[in-house]
Amino acid sequence: MSNLIKFKIDGTECMAEAGTFIVEAARQNGVFIPTLCNMPGVKPKGSCRICTVRINGRLMTSCTTPVTDGMEIDSSSPDIIDLRKSIVELLFVSGNHFCPACEKSGNCELQALGYLYQMMVPRYPYDFPLREVDASSPKIIKDQNRCILCKRCIKSIKDEDGKSYFAFRSRGNHLEVVLDAELASTMTDELAEKAMQNCPVGSILVKEKGFETPIGKRKFDHQPIGSDIHI
Amino acid sequence: MSKKITIEPVTRVEGHGKVTIHMDDSGNIEQSRLHIVEFRGFERFVQGRPYWEAPVLVQRLCGICPVSHHLAAAKALDVIVGAGTGHGLTPTGEKMRRLMHYGQFFQSHALHFFHLSAPDFLFGIDGDPAIRNIIGIALTHPELAVQGVMMRKFGQEVIRATAGKKIHGTGAIPGGINKHLTIAERDEFLLGADPLNADKMVSWAEGALDFFKSYYAANKDFIDNFAYFPSNHLSLVREDGALDIYHGVLRAVDTNGKKILNDVDYQEYADHIEEEVRSWSYMKFPYLKALGKEKGWYRVGPLARLNTIDFIPSPIAQREFEIYKALTHGKPNNHCMMMHYARLIETLHAAEMIRELLHDPDLLEGELVIKGTKQKEGVGLIEAPRGTLFHHYRINDNDQIEMANLIVSTTNNNEPMNRSVNHVAKAVMTGKEVITEGMMNAVEVAIRAYDPCLSCATHALGNMPLEITLVDKNEHIIDRKRSK
Repeated sequence: MSNLIKFKIDGTECMAEAGTFIVEAARQNGVFIPTLCNMPGVKPKGSCRICTVRINGRLMTSCTTPVTDGMEIDSSSPDIIDLRKSIVELLFVSGNHFCPACEKSGNCELQALGYLYQMMVPRYPYDFPLREVDASSPKIIKDQNRCILCKRCIKSIKDEDGKSYFAFRSRGNHLEVVLDAELASTMTDELAEKAMQNCPVGSILVKEKGFETPIGKRKFDHQPIGSDIHI
Repeated sequence: MSKKITIEPVTRVEGHGKVTIHMDDSGNIEQSRLHIVEFRGFERFVQGRPYWEAPVLVQRLCGICPVSHHLAAAKALDVIVGAGTGHGLTPTGEKMRRLMHYGQFFQSHALHFFHLSAPDFLFGIDGDPAIRNIIGIALTHPELAVQGVMMRKFGQEVIRATAGKKIHGTGAIPGGINKHLTIAERDEFLLGADPLNADKMVSWAEGALDFFKSYYAANKDFIDNFAYFPSNHLSLVREDGALDIYHGVLRAVDTNGKKILNDVDYQEYADHIEEEVRSWSYMKFPYLKALGKEKGWYRVGPLARLNTIDFIPSPIAQREFEIYKALTHGKPNNHCMMMHYARLIETLHAAEMIRELLHDPDLLEGELVIKGTKQKEGVGLIEAPRGTLFHHYRINDNDQIEMANLIVSTTNNNEPMNRSVNHVAKAVMTGKEVITEGMMNAVEVAIRAYDPCLSCATHALGNMPLEITLVDKNEHIIDRKRSK
């Protein structure tokens, strides 16, 4: 039996099943709240913070916070938008994101958010870290220059026994997502394709498949990210 | 007193360079050099990248003719993915790439003639520099300025339709192309509203050629004698000797037309061409190994192409080619300023080829990509607007680029550009007490004739104007002038 509750996003009356996470409830009501680490089918962690909203004066991640009856959500105040923009900028400066030669350009969620929030020049200094490109597995390339540590690949790309092909290695500033070399040797073409699709940036690339989608046919060539949600 | 003249930066060329001219106590020119002083290093930073990124990455060398780098890299990678060279691609793959390349030739040549060189012809080498530019043309010859802009626009639109963007597209991928031409795009190019259609472009290209021929008739002494010197010439030619800017074999002729590199497979370019490094420039000096450093240097570009080929496979340009060749009785043309004439014949050829290709149904449908047995190494050669462009890549077992070597068109023209500078400096500055702006522009006119892209050639940073410095024999700077 449905248990619909009422809540407001930016003053607009919305309805959703009780317990639905805000980001999904917003989506059901035609409101786009950006996500990077969150994706359908995996348990949300709230690690990237790009979905931050304000509820009762507190900043909350909408991917991990369920809607409650009468909740009032602020998702579009200038300071909220600027906060999200600053997160995008931090992600850009903490890696080496050179969109012009990236296979994911036009399909990249980070790039699309950069455009959405009209990022021109990041307010933070570029870190230009020295990062490796791991091309040793037969099916995919893991480019650490572009990794934003979102964990989507760790949580979604698994073998039949539920073992993840990807894992975190090291800590703090040296934290990186690495590919299990032994498992990677068994990766199917379909799983490699899925890994690339699930990666919000261009950190996971299927080998020998570059730039096959022409400019004009890519996901964000004509409409900004979130356009499919807004009604 | 001896002095050193420096022109820095050189103007109305792409990239950044400077000229130094050393003058002795008697006012004689001792030495002149075109220096390329910046460094970029694309060959290094493509190392480690997945090979299929190369066509998209290396085209960032340039914003004027990125298609050349895009296609040369793609051709090298065709070899690596087992698609072979040139005709190994599907008909759609090859023809879409050719259309892209002709579009680029057309826009780049139009840019050079109308925007960069025409001011010298219209206002004179020593004309007022305040109006000796494209703005001056727009004010005094608006119909020419409009043609220049619209011809460039047409070429850019052809690039957009084939590569996805006017500048830095992604069309060419290893083994082929990633899109077809749409019927709407084809019809727009063939039947578009005046002036943006192929017929008009052919007509305007003929008009530009007529303009130069009239200029030549009225200024024959200047054109024939300005920076004239004999040289070897090198380019791609089609297997049957026709002009082919996309694919063919490597041919070089000497100053009398004798073949000194006889239609060799460009995969073996390293057996025939070597590069010399000189301490005062980041641009290398290529030469034919068989002839050595002293005698093996050569010119590339429009002048060289029309010296190496036997004919042009489009009717109107072929007719003009015959008139052009008759001027030197069928022998190679070694007149520096005739590069403009040759460039305009090529512009006409590109317009004709675009018009012809647009009627080809293979552009609209058919397989886009073909691949075969993978190789570890490949060479891609193409005739860029400025001349022969070499891209050479080797990959490792993990599909990463481990070696890249680019010999860019302007690099091939390094020695002849230096000789041209020397010729002109001697001709206009010897014994002169006062070095005028007009004299310095004469040096730039010689460089400009090559349509150099110094940023490509040296992988240099920044915009490209030129500076001339005058120093005495103790290297004390007497005077320095910077082109605006």
